[in-house]
Amino acid sequence: MATLEFSHVGKSFGSVDVLKDIDFSIGDGEFLVLVGPSGCGKSTLLGIIAGLGSLTTGSVLIDGQPINHLEPKERDIAMVFQSYALYPSMTVADNIAFSLRMQGMPKAARMEKVRDVAELLQISHLLDRKPQALSGGQRQRVAMGRALVRNPKVFLFDEPLSNLDAKLRVDMRTEIKKLHARLGTTIVYVTHDQVEAMTMATRIAVMKDGIVQQFGTPDEIYQRPANTFVATFMGSPSMNLLPGVADDGGVTLADGQRLPIPGRGDVLVGLRPEWFTPLPRGDQPEGAMLATVEVIEPTGPDIYVGLRLGGAEVMTRLPAGTDIRTGELRAFAVNADKAVLFDAETGVAL
Amino acid sequence: MLADGVSCRGVAAHLRRALLIGVLVIAALMYLVPLAAMLFTSLKSMPEITGMAGFESNTILTPPRAPTLAAWGEAWSRACISVECTGLRGYFGTTIPMVTCAVAISVSIGAVNGYVLSKWRFRYDTVIYGLMLFGCFIPFQIVLIPIARVLGLMHLSGTMAGLVFVHVAYGITFTTLFFRNFYVTVPDEIVSAARMDGAGFWSIFLLILVPVSGPIAIVAVIWQFTSIWNDFLFGASFGGANARPLMVALNNLVNTSTGTKAYNVDMAGAMIAALPTMVVYVVAGRYFVRGLMAGAVKG
Ligand SMILES: Nc1ncnc2c1ncn2[C@@H]1O[C@H](COP(=O)(O)OP(=O)(O)O)[C@@H](O)[C@H]1O
Ligand SMILES: [Mg+2]
Repeated sequence: MATLEFSHVGKSFGSVDVLKDIDFSIGDGEFLVLVGPSGCGKSTLLGIIAGLGSLTTGSVLIDGQPINHLEPKERDIAMVFQSYALYPSMTVADNIAFSLRMQGMPKAARMEKVRDVAELLQISHLLDRKPQALSGGQRQRVAMGRALVRNPKVFLFDEPLSNLDAKLRVDMRTEIKKLHARLGTTIVYVTHDQVEAMTMATRIAVMKDGIVQQFGTPDEIYQRPANTFVATFMGSPSMNLLPGVADDGGVTLADGQRLPIPGRGDVLVGLRPEWFTPLPRGDQPEGAMLATVEVIEPTGPDIYVGLRLGGAEVMTRLPAGTDIRTGELRAFAVNADKAVLFDAETGVAL
Repeated sequence: MLADGVSCRGVAAHLRRALLIGVLVIAALMYLVPLAAMLFTSLKSMPEITGMAGFESNTILTPPRAPTLAAWGEAWSRACISVECTGLRGYFGTTIPMVTCAVAISVSIGAVNGYVLSKWRFRYDTVIYGLMLFGCFIPFQIVLIPIARVLGLMHLSGTMAGLVFVHVAYGITFTTLFFRNFYVTVPDEIVSAARMDGAGFWSIFLLILVPVSGPIAIVAVIWQFTSIWNDFLFGASFGGANARPLMVALNNLVNTSTGTKAYNVDMAGAMIAALPTMVVYVVAGRYFVRGLMAGAVKG
């Protein structure tokens, strides 16, 4: 159980700045997800928390205490690696018990703890096997068992699900979330998958090029993205960005239609796909937007409908069974209250 | 038409196979014929070898007419080496411990070096690795005089300990290279995981890397054993009269001539001296090939 704080953390490899001024903190028991495209510095930051890599500037604090000078083993932090990193010559039981053995715990006590953890993760029947003889999902569980058995202050996960197939990934996602609810331990979880971030986190830090673009709850990140990068990276299909010119009365789009959102200057109007509702044919009340239906993609529960609106391509998400046809000109109600305006030049939310 | 095409292809395949087998048979003969000549000669008596009366039509490849182990016994326990006439027997007792020590030490140091060079970053690590690599290509002859001087300063001239030192110094370049290239195939994340689990430098090496090192350890041991066992130059240069390894003794046996050259004894002696390396290859050869191909962690 611990709070975690980054204070102006920076990291360079030679002349390349991989992390720049990371500065935020999370409370005890939070589930922080670091999300961003690959190469943005997520693993580097995780390594700094773990003590596997050094930082160039700033400091990391756990429960208010700087930990920069501590060795990995002194930090009371456990980590699950992307490749699982199981010890190849050891059985599952010995893998899980390794940290306890290093602490000098007697064998009987070790084995009791291993049995408890194995039961929790449903791998009791695998304890005598070597990692080679396990499937990907089973290795994943062993790697988690190795972290759990230590009962650490903080868990770190580096893309733990990226080597699993889609079905298993969804199952494990739920399972990790349940585990967090049950143990209440602070977690830092790295992923490049925005769905994982949205579903698991209590806090998300969206990163790009070594900079935290936005730090907030999943809801804040989704509803009020701080810039166009966050807006398009989080959410699928991603947020639509319609160019327009804003004044005190609203935004004029490229085709002359107006949205009642006050602003100033050249802007991008950010609209989520599910903020569009088709109106009955022939109905066109004040404030409705006219659009041409270009493409319809059923996905099962939803249909993705591509529109031509305001001189741009717009992707919308409608419930399955919505009465709509390719090629028709249709009026849509748009949830303008939720719309986010971005500065067209800088991409920053206004 | 179709049938013709098929049979044509069939014939071509047969020809290719015949050619392959032919080449392999020739290659095998190139190795086996000298061995057969040695074995036959060692089992013959001198009159039979020199083609005296009754054996005029003999060649070196004629199987022995009356095989005898007399020459083997002679080489083992009676042949004269310099002034002593006690055969090669006594030299096993001194050479085996020397080779065993040199192999064990050079392989152990190589394993630790390989671990450090593949899993830990430190100042000038790549430079050190480069120098190690370069060390593999230093010809023996260049270092003879410097080594002689160093051994002299260490008071190890003319001792088995001195020979162990020389073989270790020369061997660790190879063993380091073997182990380093093997350990880079062990994912770094495993070492990171162990560090977080509280393992230190030696625990990581002994508990995690050593247990997966079997294949490369076999390669390193065979490599070192063969080259040290077969070494003549270092043995002759630094062993002196008191620390004479088996290969030097064999050379002396062949060159110590009293009257006619005893080819059968020479051949028997050579085969006796080569037996340990042959045994090693027969016992561990399979693992040698496997080890050369192996990565550490099977996925
Ligand atoms: N040891 C290193 N030396 C130089 N550059 C590195 C090193 N490790 C990582 N990097 C660089 O740092 C950046 C961030 O890497 P990483 O943290 O692994 O990204 P992520 O986990 O987000 O995919 C990448 O551009 C990578 O090339
Ligand atoms: Mg990464």
